[in-house]
Amino acid sequence: MMSLSETIWAVVKILIMVGFLFNVGGLLTWLDRRQSAMIQDRIGPNRAVIKVFGIEFRLGGLLHPLADGVKFFFKEDFIPPRGDKLLFAVAPILVMAPVLALIAVIPFGDKLCVDDLWRTTDTGSLLFPAVPRYGSCLIPVARGGIAAIDLQVASLNVGILYVFALAGQGIVGAALAGWSSDNKFSLLGALRAASQMVSYEVTIGMSLVGALMIYGSVRMGDMVRWQGDHAWGIFIQPLAFFMFFMAAVAESKRIPFDLPEAESELVSGYFTEYSGMKFGMFYFAEYMEVVTSSMLLVTIFLGGWQLPFLHRDGLTIDIGTWRALQLPMNHLTVTAIQVCTFFGKVLFLCWIQCFVRWSLPRFRYDQLMKLCWRILLPLSLANILVTGVVYLLLDHAGPVLGNTLQMIGDLTQAVVAIAITYFVLSIVIGLIRPTRRTSWVVGSTAKLAQRFGGTPRSPRMQA
Amino acid sequence: MEPLDTELEDGALELPSDPMHLNMGPAHPAMHGTVRIVLELSGETIVKADVQIGYLHRGFEKMCERGTWAQVFPYVDRLNYVSPMLNNVGYALAVEKLCGIQVPERCQWYRMALGELARISDHLTCDGAMAMELGAFTPFLWFLKAREMVWDILEEETGARLTHSFGRIGGMARPPTDAFAEMCHGALGAIINIVEEGEKMLLNNRIFVDRLENVGKISGADALSLGWTGPCLRASGVAYDIRKAHPYLKYDEVDFDVPVGKSGDTLDRFLVRLAEIRQSKRIIEQCLERMPKSGPVSVDNPWVVLPEKEAVYTTIEATIQHFKLIMEGAKVPAGEVYSYTEAGNGELGFYLISDGSGTPYRVRVRPPSFLSTAGLGGLITGRMISDVVPTFGSLNMIGGECDH
Amino acid sequence: MLSTYAPMFMIIAIATLIAGLFYTFATVLGPKNPTPEKMMPFECGSDSVGSRGVKLSVKFYLTAILFVVFDIEAVFVYPWAIQFRQLGWFGLASMIGFLSVVAIALVYVWRKGALEWES
Repeated sequence: MMSLSETIWAVVKILIMVGFLFNVGGLLTWLDRRQSAMIQDRIGPNRAVIKVFGIEFRLGGLLHPLADGVKFFFKEDFIPPRGDKLLFAVAPILVMAPVLALIAVIPFGDKLCVDDLWRTTDTGSLLFPAVPRYGSCLIPVARGGIAAIDLQVASLNVGILYVFALAGQGIVGAALAGWSSDNKFSLLGALRAASQMVSYEVTIGMSLVGALMIYGSVRMGDMVRWQGDHAWGIFIQPLAFFMFFMAAVAESKRIPFDLPEAESELVSGYFTEYSGMKFGMFYFAEYMEVVTSSMLLVTIFLGGWQLPFLHRDGLTIDIGTWRALQLPMNHLTVTAIQVCTFFGKVLFLCWIQCFVRWSLPRFRYDQLMKLCWRILLPLSLANILVTGVVYLLLDHAGPVLGNTLQMIGDLTQAVVAIAITYFVLSIVIGLIRPTRRTSWVVGSTAKLAQRFGGTPRSPRMQA
Repeated sequence: MEPLDTELEDGALELPSDPMHLNMGPAHPAMHGTVRIVLELSGETIVKADVQIGYLHRGFEKMCERGTWAQVFPYVDRLNYVSPMLNNVGYALAVEKLCGIQVPERCQWYRMALGELARISDHLTCDGAMAMELGAFTPFLWFLKAREMVWDILEEETGARLTHSFGRIGGMARPPTDAFAEMCHGALGAIINIVEEGEKMLLNNRIFVDRLENVGKISGADALSLGWTGPCLRASGVAYDIRKAHPYLKYDEVDFDVPVGKSGDTLDRFLVRLAEIRQSKRIIEQCLERMPKSGPVSVDNPWVVLPEKEAVYTTIEATIQHFKLIMEGAKVPAGEVYSYTEAGNGELGFYLISDGSGTPYRVRVRPPSFLSTAGLGGLITGRMISDVVPTFGSLNMIGGECDH
Repeated sequence: MLSTYAPMFMIIAIATLIAGLFYTFATVLGPKNPTPEKMMPFECGSDSVGSRGVKLSVKFYLTAILFVVFDIEAVFVYPWAIQFRQLGWFGLASMIGFLSVVAIALVYVWRKGALEWES
């Protein structure tokens, strides 16, 4: 049985993950609109407003997800009279629930030693101890300490297989939704969804084999630790990363893989007949899938919670045998940084996925299937073979090559560190730098509006 | 023992499956201009396609017969509502041909410049909308931004953004504004920049090119026999452009090329339109250069041209002239005429019959979209549902023109 | 053992609960005033022709069968991938044997035209 503290910790972890997923899922609907507006030279969402003491708050359109949610709940509920009512009801639940449950095995931080976070000394002041890089906590369980806690809802030994099992459920939901809707567009959408997701499921499975061979484990925590000690998965399995990324986008059914719901072809695809929040559940599940697929990518290929050179005992920059810097840090700081790193990386990948969505057109059905079966599947088979041969060759090559590899691994870490620093710096600079807005005003109406000081609540126009 | 793997004939493995009938349109996101296509599907493949127009019906030609000749202008605005200026000019030329009027030189250059601006907006809309329906939303909005610049100029010149009603028999409603040339120069550079940006985004994209290449292919001979004209015909390799073949206005004096496609597929139609935007820019620049800075834009003929507003209020002659022109309409000599110009989508012809009164006896329009839509069914049969979208988009079917 | 799996069941239960709540609220809160036109299946404003229980093209089923074939294969590859380092060259050789059978199967369906979706 679970002890009380274990139960509490499980609930806390579930709250963190589900809370993150929910909020970021909602935030992504805003990001998608805001980002697309920026790409497309539009103003973007700015209509939802909240009034506090007569002052209007718009928060750059951040209230829109909220307004959408409220609106969805109070929309008319529609059930097609000739459809299958039970399956019609089950479908949105079947789409949404697995996405939420899927995050159970994703670790968002290293093992947490609760007793070592802080300690009160005899004089009453707080002390923040550091823990060793490898090994257990300072106070072992035998001496009355609490066992180290995995920052992961359920540390299952099946790990990634659990993810596959649950991700597969989404297909059922989509197929049922289309089938029970009593609508031909839905039916076609469902067929497309089923064949697309089923096909890319194979790619997802096969592309990861190479990575699993190297990590030697299906536990997500072990994968992340391996990447921290050696090099990130994207450097070791670049091909697998891109294949998995592609397949993950295909599973979340977003452009360029949004054929099942291609608006210009199938109206809304398999959820054409859904209204209100029932439609919202499909819509929201899609955004949450973006988050979960980002989490998976981060965990398997982008080093999970790892930041380059940041270990459990602090910051240590080692390039091969040369130690450039050592900065011990306490356990609390390290854990906090690592958890933030994980969520930061997830947000970054979500951003990339939104970027992809607004830059590409969509495939045609036959092109999509060809890409999967004729290109990705043979490639993933080849990837397995090449990985196997190269790995075994390197494994038997001797210590000199081993040291060189470790050196290369450290260098990739350095490259990542530089890239992250550059990225963060450019974000900060971009936020600080004042923006200059210019717009092209010629038309009479625009000139008239400009003469009266511009239209209200729009940036002043310059002719 | 029978070998398991006998060589079967094509299709022998296909289990019997019922065709699925699917209505695409009239209320469908991709069927702009309210078209209905009744599809018979086998899987994703279209076995039979029945294209039905007529959901946008106003009785345009009949409406023209109840007002004066000048009152037809607002109606032609609504033919191809993406480039109304070209329709305005086309109709004005037809009536002038019937009356035997030659408009002043300044007006001719002005009409050309405005018409080419409208052509740019037409092509931008078509190519952008096509990209959008393939899921590439961003280039669409960039192209609309460019179109907005065109419309800003047209608004400044005519006072209206979409339905200008700017043409007049024997001239234009107003002379060009002082800033016309400057605005055009400013906008054209920006538009070409945007077009290049959009091109980079789309044509360097394998997905986009694959979606268009070899889709909706039609040979030059087939296109001709369907009566196609304009960019769609030129994409099939037939270099027929009325501006070159039968020049009107001053098109024989300007220097421009006629872009021609090779294979006649959707990609070629897309590219021909993009190339024509650049040619239109060349034409406009030459027009601006050669347009006289001053001089009349309307003929000096009190029988067809309205007097100055100021004079109407102050002199009795002008008041009566105004009254006669408005109430009875300009008297167009009895006879019939067919006049044709190159509109956004091809040959826009007006066949006019006059009985000598102030009202048209018959206005028959030969709209380019009507004929190109006739070829749609043949282009999509045997293709997949997804191919309907780019094929339909590249024909640039405009509902207002298919009002028959 | 149970304590490892208990949080998993917890999160599955919570996920189902949340999705169920969403659904219930949508059903309870949404107004309902059906009209005959509204209850028609959406087909772009035209009356639907034919039933929706049509026999579908066999292509769709073919995809499902291909999925079963190649995904089952992935199931066999996974345990091997985990033990790959211990198995060494012998393991790799046997897996190459297995994968080549799979590759031959792929070439076979390809040649037979099962990977053609154009028409």
